[in-house]
Amino acid sequence: MRHVKNSWKNIRRSPYQAFAAIMIMTLTFLTISFFTFLLLGSSKIVNFFESKPQVTAFFKNEAKQADIDSLKAGLEASSKVASVKFVSKDEALSIYKEQNKNDPLLLDLVTADILPSSLEISAEKIEDLTSISESLKSSPLVSEVIFQKDVVATLTSWTSALRTIGIVLVVVLSLVSVFIMVTIIGIKISQRKEDIEIMKLIGATSWHIRWPFIYEGVFYGVAGAFIGWLFSSAVLLYSTPFLSSFLKGIPIFPIPYLFFVILLGIEVLIAVILGAFSSFMAVLRYLK
Amino acid sequence: MIKLDNVSKKFGTGVFGLSDITIDVDKGEFLFLVGPSGSGKTTIFRLLIRDTLPTEGTIVIEDWDVVKLPKSQIPHLRKKIGVVFQDLKLLMDRTVFENIMLPLEVVGIKIEEASQKAEDVLAQVGLLEHKEKFPIQLSGGELQRAAIARALVLSPDIILADEATGNLDMATSWEIIKLLSDINEKGTTVVMATHNLDIVKNLSKRVIELEKGRITKDSKSPKSEQKKNGGKDIDKEEQKKDKKEEEKPVDKDKEDKSEDKKEEKK
Repeated sequence: MRHVKNSWKNIRRSPYQAFAAIMIMTLTFLTISFFTFLLLGSSKIVNFFESKPQVTAFFKNEAKQADIDSLKAGLEASSKVASVKFVSKDEALSIYKEQNKNDPLLLDLVTADILPSSLEISAEKIEDLTSISESLKSSPLVSEVIFQKDVVATLTSWTSALRTIGIVLVVVLSLVSVFIMVTIIGIKISQRKEDIEIMKLIGATSWHIRWPFIYEGVFYGVAGAFIGWLFSSAVLLYSTPFLSSFLKGIPIFPIPYLFFVILLGIEVLIAVILGAFSSFMAVLRYLK
Repeated sequence: MIKLDNVSKKFGTGVFGLSDITIDVDKGEFLFLVGPSGSGKTTIFRLLIRDTLPTEGTIVIEDWDVVKLPKSQIPHLRKKIGVVFQDLKLLMDRTVFENIMLPLEVVGIKIEEASQKAEDVLAQVGLLEHKEKFPIQLSGGELQRAAIARALVLSPDIILADEATGNLDMATSWEIIKLLSDINEKGTTVVMATHNLDIVKNLSKRVIELEKGRITKDSKSPKSEQKKNGGKDIDKEEQKKDKKEEEKPVDKDKEDKSEDKKEEKK
């Protein structure tokens, strides 16, 4: 407790350095938070598309129900297909109504007649999608095949690019914040060189002198993590209405509060490690 | 208690700060180290708290071999020795009370207990009413007493006072000496470095004179030491000693009277 009190005194007495240290830590954790949101969100989206029926075949209006049923039975017999679901014109309308329930203008224009009936086919493996879609396209009943493999592939490549950028950014920022913290704590140690010398002469152990500096580093880290977390979470919660209408149908929102708590926990842990590590480096460097 | 054996200290410049110093201080003794500045008084103190290492010789304090002491043990040694530094080394951004608390903090005594101890020591040196002041607000004598209080607060076995009366007027110097004598009477070994010969002459304490890093006189030197110095010196020294002993009782009376007067004034 005494060390904590001493380090708090140190922090108060040099507000600009404390501010700089907290700012860089905030920046680091803001980036960590935002990239966590992006990566988790995009992987949820990819999962969503991967688990959804991957091939949708829309039938021509003149297609007869009996032909459709035999096509469906043929698909179900195939080992490549996991499941097949028939969506009639009426079901299509109710799905359409559900998706656009907030937009009465769109609802008025549409009747069951103009919506095609369709088959939603889920493949066992993503590689089989091409052959399934090819066989469907050759059927005379089918007017159009929507093939979501492209969507998934694009999303996956975006996600992996995002992940790379995120990791590089977070690593660079963490390094920068460690170096800035080492410098700031180093300045503080130099400022108190006389005090430290006196403490040593009256019998203070090295650790007695080191602890306040280490606590100081941890404080900067945790403060930065908390501010960064608070800010990014607030932004995410604030933009939830916009994002959930943009990502309609993908079950991401509302984000459970537990997620934020876990994120804070992990960030604080990282902050403690970063803060302690940088001040320990400084102490080793400047307090021989 | 303190034993320096043939200790020499050669500085980086090649100059000998101390050469062949042998001192043996008993428990409870009051010893003056006298000599002009540059004679090695402060160097001896620095050696005793292992702030620097001797080039040659051994230093033993109680049962610590100071020279061979592992680094991790240095703090323990320093807690046993209270030092009043020549430049005091008080922390300017802490109050007198906080300065006195510092050694207790370092040892890790509980806050309540430590505060009590600090207040006791402050009362002992007569600074209790100034405890919330910062060093810059104190007079020279008060600063000196604050430094003594800090040296005392851990109840060390040994007090080293470096020029504790350095910049003080005679009256204040005597107060400081009185304070150190009181501490000595309670059983603490006190070694005081000074160049103020008036003080030394007026007290019947052991005196070691230093000059250019050598002991030129030890008023209680063991016989082996005297032999080393050669005949003439001994004669002179003994003559001086005799004279001093004649002077001392008179001076002591004077001093006592002046002390009495001061107390009456209070």
